Amino acid sequence: MIPAAFEYVAPTTVEEALAALAEHGDEAKIIAGGQSLLPVLRMRLNAPEWVIDLGRIESLRGVRDGGDHLVIGAMTTHHDVGQDPLVHEHALLVSKAITHLADAQVRHRGTFGGSLAHADPGGDLGAPALALGSTFVVQGPGGTREVAAGDFFVDLFETAISDDEILVEVRVPKHDGWVASYEKFVRIAHQWPIVAVAATLRMEGDTIAEARIGLTNMGSTPLRASAAEQALVGQPATEEGVAAAAALVVEGTNPPTDLNGTAEYRRHVATVFTRRAVLAAAGRG
Amino acid sequence: MARINLTVDGQQVADDVEPRTLLVQYLREQLGKTGTVIGCDTSNCGACTVHLNGRSVKSCNVLAVQVDGAEVTTIEGLAAEDGTLHPVQESFRECHGLQCGFCTPGMIMQTVDLLAENPSPSEEAIRLGLEGNLCRCTGYHNIVRAVQHAAGTTTETSSEAGASA
Repeated sequence: MIPAAFEYVAPTTVEEALAALAEHGDEAKIIAGGQSLLPVLRMRLNAPEWVIDLGRIESLRGVRDGGDHLVIGAMTTHHDVGQDPLVHEHALLVSKAITHLADAQVRHRGTFGGSLAHADPGGDLGAPALALGSTFVVQGPGGTREVAAGDFFVDLFETAISDDEILVEVRVPKHDGWVASYEKFVRIAHQWPIVAVAATLRMEGDTIAEARIGLTNMGSTPLRASAAEQALVGQPATEEGVAAAAALVVEGTNPPTDLNGTAEYRRHVATVFTRRAVLAAAGRG
Repeated sequence: MARINLTVDGQQVADDVEPRTLLVQYLREQLGKTGTVIGCDTSNCGACTVHLNGRSVKSCNVLAVQVDGAEVTTIEGLAAEDGTLHPVQESFRECHGLQCGFCTPGMIMQTVDLLAENPSPSEEAIRLGLEGNLCRCTGYHNIVRAVQHAAGTTTETSSEAGASA
């Protein structure tokens, strides 16, 4: 299968990319790593007249230390984010999630910002980004603005990025010393999760002092399990200690029903995988 | 049409391509490098895996215009000029890591990438590293053995199991 014909432009600065976007508007699609867009174009589910490639904008690549947070350039590949020692040290949950994301070839090409901007509810980065309280920096004709993770994901494949804006970086608050686990339930290797749970904890001895939990594919956007987070505080990281909190994880979820399972089934899986994720993060898995 | 200049299997090439041309199409149809195959058309199977600037990618999921200025290595560029097989190719032959052979170009290209990053992978690391490559014949066991053989990590037990399988 071959995409429908399109015109192609590969700017080397964000300003040039924004100008191309302003010029072609609705008729343009942005390509980052292309690992979700190219299958869509090949299947002709979408046929833009213009494709604007961000792949030549070097300023959008790389991870740097921003003081109390990390700055992850939108065009940094999954592989490079996953291998980055700063990410491992300050945002372990992101490193853990990336080891489960697609496959090696896709991780070499797919990008951190591309995946988040695509906003597939089954994408593996939304739940960790949300759980860690990330800030999304988007740039448009009027300059840059910051969007909190809770406001970024709007609906299925829909974010707070306007038509004339580009996601340029994601700021992830440092969670030094926090342990983490990403537990993903899939039927087929390298596929999107049926359900996944992102959990990161600050431990004081054997007790959970703070917890952040994000859910993948439990609604039309990534979700934060605040009730479960609160219930974990002060608990020991044991089967009994986390069981009550894990049961709360389904509050406020609206999971889909499809060939992989019903909404009710997904709620059950989310409960089990929350328990596993919390115990695995605490080293009790 | 867009002009692209790149290196493929050590040779400089320059061509005019339509922007919608996939890298795999360009390799097969314009350069005649049919060693890289199209398996699934959905970016699942990994049969079309090549190296782009030294890292494995699925060439059905990259546009030819995106590799302007890059270096691409296909399965056809692995063996030495005198025909001596690359050690990973040799291992797949030695361990019978294929049956119909369709997935083999992708399996070998992904294995070369995997061993470059992790020269002594565990069996689990091999299976995870080849997660993006599907084989419908072998059940993967001899493929894993071929990777272990190439890495020099074959254990006594697994080579015996390989011989009796």
